[in-house]
Amino acid sequence: MADIYDIIIVGGGPGGLSAAIYGSRAKLRTLVIEKGKTGGQAATTWDMENYPGFFAAGEGSTGLTEVTGPGLMEAFTSHAEHFGAQFVRNEVVSIDAAAKTVTGKDGTVYHGRSIILSPGAVPRTLGVKGERALRGKGVSYCATCDADFFSELDIIVVGNGDAAIEEANYLTKFAESVTIIVIHDEGTLDAAPMLQERAYKNPKINFVWNSTIEEIKGDGIVESVVLKNIKTNELTEMETNGVFIYVGTIPQTSFLGDQVELDARGYIETDNCMETSAEGVFAVGDARVTPLRQVITAAADGAVAAVAAEKYLIEEEGFRDTVLMETRPVAVLFWTPMSQKCLAMMPMMEAAVQAFGDSVKLWKLDTYRNQRVAKRYGVSANPTLLVFHNGEMVQLLSEDEITAESITAAIGNLLN
Amino acid sequence: MLEVHKDNFEAEVLQAEGLVVVDYWGPKCEKCLALIPDYERLAAAYGDKAKFCKLDTSGNRRLAISQKVLGLPVFAFYRGGEKIAELGPSEASAESIEAKLKELI
Repeated sequence: MADIYDIIIVGGGPGGLSAAIYGSRAKLRTLVIEKGKTGGQAATTWDMENYPGFFAAGEGSTGLTEVTGPGLMEAFTSHAEHFGAQFVRNEVVSIDAAAKTVTGKDGTVYHGRSIILSPGAVPRTLGVKGERALRGKGVSYCATCDADFFSELDIIVVGNGDAAIEEANYLTKFAESVTIIVIHDEGTLDAAPMLQERAYKNPKINFVWNSTIEEIKGDGIVESVVLKNIKTNELTEMETNGVFIYVGTIPQTSFLGDQVELDARGYIETDNCMETSAEGVFAVGDARVTPLRQVITAAADGAVAAVAAEKYLIEEEGFRDTVLMETRPVAVLFWTPMSQKCLAMMPMMEAAVQAFGDSVKLWKLDTYRNQRVAKRYGVSANPTLLVFHNGEMVQLLSEDEITAESITAAIGNLLN
Repeated sequence: MLEVHKDNFEAEVLQAEGLVVVDYWGPKCEKCLALIPDYERLAAAYGDKAKFCKLDTSGNRRLAISQKVLGLPVFAFYRGGEKIAELGPSEASAESIEAKLKELI
């Protein structure tokens, strides 16, 4: 039998790495499967200036540690390794949510007890003529990777969200001029006001409004773009050395098939504990349906998911092994120490069950620590007594129904 | 592995006999860094059939642009002073490099 991990994390971006830190620190056997280098998209952003406590390298702010995107992601990785998380390089091609297995491109099957999906997102392409052929020839989706090439050259940036405007500002450290192609009316950008202000003040940045890219042209390397004014449909050709495209991202979730529920755009649906539609399968970071996609939100998702996975393991597996797999009848007593009524009734309930001796098992569960199980079996008040036999609930006694006689009758029926 | 740069590119790549592979990389390119172990493994496996080189584009920008490399990573294959094939940022992977090597050797 192959190794069984407590948590298998698919993807090593900030969400997956944070889950690995929390998981391994909780002494859970934690495996991170990453197809390339850890860090995800965060490792492709050089200027990282909104992760709390850190500041972008070279900005010279006092009292804050300077950091870059790749640097912060290396620190996340080392941190997870420090607590004992294991890393393996493989590309995940499918998962089995029920069996908690994950299959890699090379055919390796990883066995887990819970799964945290952190597949992230990749830049969306424009889908225009010339874009594909000229990728790496002046068409880029990663300013950090390629900015060096464009020192003293003229480039354009397509898009107007946070990433587009932030990277346009970064690119002016290298390029002679940066022209941002914006689909909206003059003065309207989707980026945060602080980023907009910085771009408007930057003497190297120009804007072309109401426009999209129709075609990217060049013989071997980018030479020009054809711009289309969406109000007039007028086409104009503009010379440029490079085209940086920031028009959103698409989640990398196609490998999931129908194992977990996705929204119409392919993002993974979760509850506020990061659990997907499949029990014990969690999702974090940019591939999740979430209002904000940042390093800090991915990291927070990872912490929540790892703790939820730990609770899932304790609660679900504990319940399964102790109650569902038991051959004798089991009296499961949901209670809470905060309820005076529970405390008062406890001796009577215990005595009624224990009167059957070894032929019946008594299992007490704190309702607040076992909300998943409580909810599934319809436990709404404390105390509630459930009688299980052969993995099935055969009787539920609500607080008003619990008496020594009703307990004796419920268990007695099973034993006869 | 042989590091090529603006001063030895002509001699080591363009004037070289047989198949030459050049890994255009940069220290800020995470995908480049991730592929280096694979490239080194392939260099060890196919070292007798092709010459494997690395080119750090951060100090050789003009050279890279002269070879029409404007984005990373790029794995370029040369023979007889001509670039005969290339795998750019969207195609480069351990599998695609090995497949291209097998095709060209």
